[in-house]
Amino acid sequence: MSELGKSVIKEQSMTRLIIRRFFKHRLAGFAITVLMILILSAVFAYLSPYTPTQQEPINSFKSPSAEHWFGTDELGRDIFTRILYGGRVSLTVGLFSSFSSILIGVIVGALSGYYGGWLDSILMRVTDAFLTFPTLFVLILLGAFLREQPIPWLKNSVLVVIIIISVLSWMWTARLVRSLFLVLREREFIVAAHAVGTSNARIILRHILPNCVGPIMVSGTLQMAYAIIMESGLSYLGFGVQPPTPTWGSILSTAQVHVFKAPWLAFYPGLMIFITVMAINYIGDGLRDAFDPFVIHTGTK
Amino acid sequence: MSTYALRRILQTIPIILIISILLFIMVRAAPGGPLTAARRNPNITEEQIQKLEEQLGLNRPIHVQYLDWVGKMLRGDMGQSIKFRRPVSEMIGERIPNTLLLVGLSFLVTLLIALPIGILSALKPYSLFDYIATTITFLGQSLPVYWLGLGLILVFYVTLKNPFTGNPLFPGGSMNTFGKEGDLLDTLWHLVLPVTALSLGWAAWYSRFLRSSMLDVLHEDYIRTAYAKGLSKRAVNYSHALKNAILPLVTLMALDLPALFAGALFVETIFSWPGMGRLFWDAARGRDYPVLLGVVMITAVLIIGANILADLAYGLLDPRVKYE
Repeated sequence: MSELGKSVIKEQSMTRLIIRRFFKHRLAGFAITVLMILILSAVFAYLSPYTPTQQEPINSFKSPSAEHWFGTDELGRDIFTRILYGGRVSLTVGLFSSFSSILIGVIVGALSGYYGGWLDSILMRVTDAFLTFPTLFVLILLGAFLREQPIPWLKNSVLVVIIIISVLSWMWTARLVRSLFLVLREREFIVAAHAVGTSNARIILRHILPNCVGPIMVSGTLQMAYAIIMESGLSYLGFGVQPPTPTWGSILSTAQVHVFKAPWLAFYPGLMIFITVMAINYIGDGLRDAFDPFVIHTGTK
Repeated sequence: MSTYALRRILQTIPIILIISILLFIMVRAAPGGPLTAARRNPNITEEQIQKLEEQLGLNRPIHVQYLDWVGKMLRGDMGQSIKFRRPVSEMIGERIPNTLLLVGLSFLVTLLIALPIGILSALKPYSLFDYIATTITFLGQSLPVYWLGLGLILVFYVTLKNPFTGNPLFPGGSMNTFGKEGDLLDTLWHLVLPVTALSLGWAAWYSRFLRSSMLDVLHEDYIRTAYAKGLSKRAVNYSHALKNAILPLVTLMALDLPALFAGALFVETIFSWPGMGRLFWDAARGRDYPVLLGVVMITAVLIIGANILADLAYGLLDPRVKYE
């Protein structure tokens, strides 16, 4: 019992150590504050006096003012409100697709790296095949294809975008996790675990995987940034989340048509994508620094 | 070496097969196919639609259509565009040089920016230059290419004017000024903004990569050996460290090719550059299946080819790599 208590305390102190290290990276601390503000403003978007689809044709193409902070678009819709609601889509897609692509990547990488042999060969060939896909082209194809299926839940275009982005972006995580597993499975503590008869599943989940948390989290931030850029890009091209749901990408896409008349339309949605992606990248950087000594310590780098 | 090359090429056959089957099934199974427009048209009768289906071979079993398609592909016949009634291979053939010009030039510009920044940052880590470069490249990495492209149009086409003629400072789209088709200088002039949009983000990535790769190499034993032999700092940095630091870039670039083509699709759409990306975008909006399949297959083959070349080149450049 006392053994158990000790190990819990130790684990906590490690987490705390990493959190402390993370906030030593000043920009990462700042970035996480920015991301929190972005998330909160997306959650509380309904507090805005306007709705994202409310049209006021008399007020079309108003430049930014006290009334309309970011101006209005061709239909007189408040851009600030639309951007807040658009943030919901971008952040949801970013969070969920990075999570599921990491999940696929960890499963493939862990099986491949731990078992090796023919399983490794097959999984890595599949990974190679996915890596040679011209990603955006296939994303556009898949987006059009899935949405046209006669299955009701596929009509939800946010879900479709999450699925196709995760299916096409797990390969880097898989390769990373595989390389970590290849190194870790040869180490003494794993050999010892084998010797005392620990099951493979337990070794993978309880002994090796916790040692990969750092790199996986860093790769998760990269995935999230990638997913947000891809979602906005797809919506920008008209093959992502469909109107009337506002997204940063689709606002940017309508802005392109009116770039002469109303340049601010193109400025704000792009700025939001830029700030979000930058914040996530800085968080990733902070995580990398925070985990780095730990990584060297376990000999995975 | 040649057996390795052969095996490497053979290995790609299943990959190409998987990709082709997946894409073919996916695209052909999509409802609202190429005849949607015809079906919506009240003037076209059911009989005429069936005739059209027969003409286009859309009423045969799907595996027959696939095999038919593969056989034709191998002969370089990618079918006809449903919208333009022109051979797909011809349409793609017209566009490939334009895309390769855009992508190739952007690659070159990327390297020209990334190499000096990465090297200088690594040689003087944590200096003022390194600090500024790291910050700027971090910003550059987060910049979505479509926003950058729009911004460039806004600044250099809409806002800034040539003080002598009053025309926009740089052309904001297409490949040539009207009436100057085939004029290379004019084309290069039109390439300034698209290439800038495409290469800035990549330059940021590669300079960061090169910096860390160079820093890693500078800590290697053979660098110490080189110094011990009495070589100058310059000789060590440029002929020992740099050569080794650049090597991983070869593989990285081949792996990044899909992303570069994706960037090209955005840039071509924004600047109406008549390349494969623009062709694909137009075809996707019109659900022009033969064109979509053709473009994806061709880009996939280009990417696979580049990866094989990169693998082989890596072996030639780095004698430590041995082919089994």
